[in-house]
Amino acid sequence: MTAEITARRRHAFTLTGAVTWTGLWTFIGGLLVAVLVVVLASFTQQLSSGWLPAQVTTTWYSGAWSYFDLPSLLTTTLIVAVAVVALSLLVAIPTAFALSRLDFPGKRLVLVLFLVPQVIPTMSYAVPLATLVYQLRLNDTIAGLVLVNLVPALPFAVLVLIPFVDQIDPRVEDAARVFGAGMRQVFLRVLTPLMVPGLLAAGVLVLVRVVGQFELTFLVAGPNSQTIVVALFGASLQAGQLPSQQIDAMAVVYMLTTLVLLMIALRFVDPTSVAARNRR
Amino acid sequence: MSAVVANSRSAGGRGAVRRWARARGITPVLWLVVPGVLFMLVFFVYPLFYGLGLSFQGKDGPLSAYQAFFDNRLVDNQGSRESLLITLQLALLASLINVGAALPIAYRMRGPVRGKRVITAVVLIPMTLGTVFVASAMNNFLGPAGWFNKALLTVGLVDEPLALTGNFLGVLLSLVISGFPFAFLLMLGYASGIDPSLEKAAAVLGADARARFRLIALPLLLPGLTITFCLSFVLAFGVFPSATLVGNDAGPTRVLSKIAYTEYTNAQYATASATAVIMAVIQLMVIGLVFALRSKLYRGSTAGGKG
Repeated sequence: MTAEITARRRHAFTLTGAVTWTGLWTFIGGLLVAVLVVVLASFTQQLSSGWLPAQVTTTWYSGAWSYFDLPSLLTTTLIVAVAVVALSLLVAIPTAFALSRLDFPGKRLVLVLFLVPQVIPTMSYAVPLATLVYQLRLNDTIAGLVLVNLVPALPFAVLVLIPFVDQIDPRVEDAARVFGAGMRQVFLRVLTPLMVPGLLAAGVLVLVRVVGQFELTFLVAGPNSQTIVVALFGASLQAGQLPSQQIDAMAVVYMLTTLVLLMIALRFVDPTSVAARNRR
Repeated sequence: MSAVVANSRSAGGRGAVRRWARARGITPVLWLVVPGVLFMLVFFVYPLFYGLGLSFQGKDGPLSAYQAFFDNRLVDNQGSRESLLITLQLALLASLINVGAALPIAYRMRGPVRGKRVITAVVLIPMTLGTVFVASAMNNFLGPAGWFNKALLTVGLVDEPLALTGNFLGVLLSLVISGFPFAFLLMLGYASGIDPSLEKAAAVLGADARARFRLIALPLLLPGLTITFCLSFVLAFGVFPSATLVGNDAGPTRVLSKIAYTEYTNAQYATASATAVIMAVIQLMVIGLVFALRSKLYRGSTAGGKG
């Protein structure tokens, strides 16, 4: 079956197909070169006009370790990211289910409540929210970081999940209920497995957004609770204080962190596996 | 069903009240939305209104902060009105490019394609990079002394380096690089959710590839497409680090959030909040328009009928 389709596809040539694939490969090629350029720069002793660095050094990486206190940055980032993903998915699954399946008075209002955080600038609620966190004495703590990051992450997860619940045929749940499954069983054994592609997409997107979240984290973070992106932005916005290679090295460390997190997330399921399951 | 009935019994209320409530869609299943809604009310709505209140506490009367914005008196009398246009142009262009590119690629990759895992992994790389890395890469690769311009000069295609960074184009490019993977991942999820048997049925009935895309896949993809467009737009609209690091935020690429940020750091809370409110209103207008269009479209299961 698969071989047959692949064979047919190889012969079929269309103009739109050619444009699509050329565009995709140009993007990929440019991307790889761009990454290579930064990695090269982070190993360069002295920036010069040549194509390749004249002298290779690892000074900037040991600098990243000592200047930024990398181990504690990485620990904080990881704990906050995992906690936010887990909590937001836990609350988002039932919410998305109810919003997709039920029709109740005030549903539009609830939808708007989850939509608005996605469509207004972070800055407009970040400062008052940070004030609230200060009053709760949660500033400069991991709990405070998790709390502020949940504010955009939870509604985001709900919105991403709703179309995935829409795609599940309601008759599947009805069938499970007919056979005596309770709400909990319907969720754990029917809905959640069917929603795995959606959960993965939502989880990965939330993860990357949390790790890359700057404004909210920045306002609540303190010396004991810095994430890697806050330290990195802080350094690069004060351009001139540090050599650009030092910032490049730190950016490479940041990239490797998110890359590892993303690889772990993508190991669990292929986001496109639902198509394969449907064919059977 | 049994659990639902049991819950409603424990929730109390007489039979008539229960029937009345159920006729309006109020069932015990609704408890599922309570935790999420409660959290959002306390930690989002309350701070939001506090910020809105701040924007009306300008120095000279309730609306003075807004007046200052539209009179170009913000950020040391630099233009704030043109920032409005710049931000809108950047965000609209970037999200159109992102969605326009993600749709055909995701559509073609919904089935089995050679090297799919590798392509997906590579396309997702920008998600791991972060703004600082992308900015650094663009300045190193596309800047006046970067490899790209060096190669063009060596080949002799251009006489002087192309200005690809430090301007509008640079920021737009950076927004596309960082925004495309989000659009692609979402679209891939939506495209894979379409039951292939629907298109097979259409093919059996004589629809060619173009008709299958236009009549079957596209209508089913449109709800996902609108969500993706909105999220891309929001990502591009609120972001300012790339405008600072790749663009020139003294003028050509000074986006609105940069103005809000600068006013905040200068302790001008009223004008900063006013700028944020203006940003919010513009974003809501664009998103509202997209969703108004969406509500006219088919929304439902993408699974096929009987096998």
